[in-house]
Amino acid sequence: MEQAVHEKLRDSSKRSKHSVWREYKKYRGLLLLLLPGIVFYSVFHYAPLYGIQLAFKEFRIMDGIAGSPWVGFKHFNTMFFVSNQFGTILKNTLIISFLHIVFGFPAPIVLALLFNEIRLKVFKRVTQSISYLPHFLSWIILAGLLTTILSPSTGIVNQLIASLGFEPIYFLGDPNYFRFTLVVSGIWKEIGWGTIIYLAALASVDPHLYEAAVVDGANRWRQTLSITIPCLLPVISIMLLLRIGGILDAGFDQILNLYNPAVLKVSDILDTYVYRVGIGQFQYGLTTAVGLFKNVVGFMMILFANYAIKKMGQEGLF
Amino acid sequence: MFRLKRKTKGEAFFDLFNNFGMLLVCFATLYPIWYVLVNAFNEGQDGMRGGIYWWPRVFSLESFEAVFQSSGIMTAMGITVAKTVLGTLIHVFFTAMVAYAFSRKNLIGGKIYIFVGTVTLFFGGGLIPTYLLMRDLQLLDNFMVYIIPAMFSFFDLIIFMTFFREIPDGLEEAAKIDGANDWSILLRVVLPVSMPVIATIALFHGVYQWNDYFAGVIYMNNMDMQPIQTYLYRVVAQSSSNQMVAAIPGGIGKTVTSQSIKLATMVVTTLPIVLVYPFLQKYFVKGMMIGSIKG
Repeated sequence: MEQAVHEKLRDSSKRSKHSVWREYKKYRGLLLLLLPGIVFYSVFHYAPLYGIQLAFKEFRIMDGIAGSPWVGFKHFNTMFFVSNQFGTILKNTLIISFLHIVFGFPAPIVLALLFNEIRLKVFKRVTQSISYLPHFLSWIILAGLLTTILSPSTGIVNQLIASLGFEPIYFLGDPNYFRFTLVVSGIWKEIGWGTIIYLAALASVDPHLYEAAVVDGANRWRQTLSITIPCLLPVISIMLLLRIGGILDAGFDQILNLYNPAVLKVSDILDTYVYRVGIGQFQYGLTTAVGLFKNVVGFMMILFANYAIKKMGQEGLF
Repeated sequence: MFRLKRKTKGEAFFDLFNNFGMLLVCFATLYPIWYVLVNAFNEGQDGMRGGIYWWPRVFSLESFEAVFQSSGIMTAMGITVAKTVLGTLIHVFFTAMVAYAFSRKNLIGGKIYIFVGTVTLFFGGGLIPTYLLMRDLQLLDNFMVYIIPAMFSFFDLIIFMTFFREIPDGLEEAAKIDGANDWSILLRVVLPVSMPVIATIALFHGVYQWNDYFAGVIYMNNMDMQPIQTYLYRVVAQSSSNQMVAAIPGGIGKTVTSQSIKLATMVVTTLPIVLVYPFLQKYFVKGMMIGSIKG
């Protein structure tokens, strides 16, 4: 009896090996198409993980990554306890991100609701198309554009301010105004593009709901409050959670292109610090440690966001 | 059927207000671009006085002439065109190929690949390890640094895969019966019916390549191989535009200023995107929808 069971087990394991081989042969062509992707991933996404050890090493160019000596938590010690720069850049990152969330996050939702109320179809389509345009301009171009229109002497914004009898404002050079400039220019660039996902959600609202509401005598304001916004809420909460998950991303491209020594104290964020000090001053060990901090905390935030989204009963990221 | 009620006073007021507000949004979006445009077409010296809001005060093409005569700018422009064309072709083809393999059901280990790909969207080695990797791969100061690291994107793979899964199985089975292998099915059957999604990804990636400055800033010390966006970054962010005027060959009148050349370069750099944009924006939106729903 026992032997028969053994026999059967062996038999089935043999068959499964056989079938993996058969599967392999069957999909050999496809696997061949997949292979370059796997190679690409190993090289460009997983190989850099090997370099993370630099966070615990003193990098010496001649010795390379593997040969450089270990220094334990020295860089983390410098980061958290010795240098006071890390506190500043972390604070800047959080404040700028927070401002982007408070003012920048609701903006496309409001715009999408207003788009939704446009009755004239052609006008709606044209307005939408125009509002997406700035998304396709690079921050380089926007930096040139902003320095032009915000110039304290000849820029149109300051000429407007001057004509009202006020002093010109150095939007890009005054620490009191720089973050404000970041938030407003961020909204200008992304507000239209940000509406797309909400408009997609609005398009899938069952029109019967509105018809029923009209029968019940609800006006458009009432319909917006009782139908449109509740239907948008799941999308809004997912987007908000993802945004909070990415709170350590305060807009590298934007800041790198707009900041200058005059506003460094209020605008230097984790990413710009890693770039400037790491690549510019060759402090590979320290900045890899800062990058690792950002990566680990950021990843935990995303896991949290994913968990929260699933808790809400929505489909998560993983 | 019920008839729509006549608008109430409040609703009529709202419609008026909303339409006006939307006109304002369009204006706020377009005006800064227009402002740069008219200032670029104004004579440089005269433009220093400011006050050009709607139309050039002293119309002049000299800044543009200067741009087109500057070998630095033209070289950079050529690099940008080259990397956009080549990078987009390779990216689309490579990503489509991998996505096709992904999209087949029952491929061994299918879920593992998805997991492996998704993780990298949120966790990576960081800037310095990536920089050192490029150095070790001999990609510093090498044109291919624009192409190879950007030839594949997991996000685009998801968009491709979503589309490929909608293709009726019958098409491929028929080809298989005719003796076609996976490679020729991809080339002869799948890609030809996937033109909409190919257009979408090509546009996304084309804009990415056109706009990317960072690869040039970080991996390229050779000024002859920097793309136009990197050139502008060095000019705008590091305000070295006086060098720009210095680099312009003589013969141009003294009316050109560093600011006017900067504006003209910005216009030349942005114009291609603004010109093709109206025709292509529906593809962008479609791609964004697929990406946001499935991603």
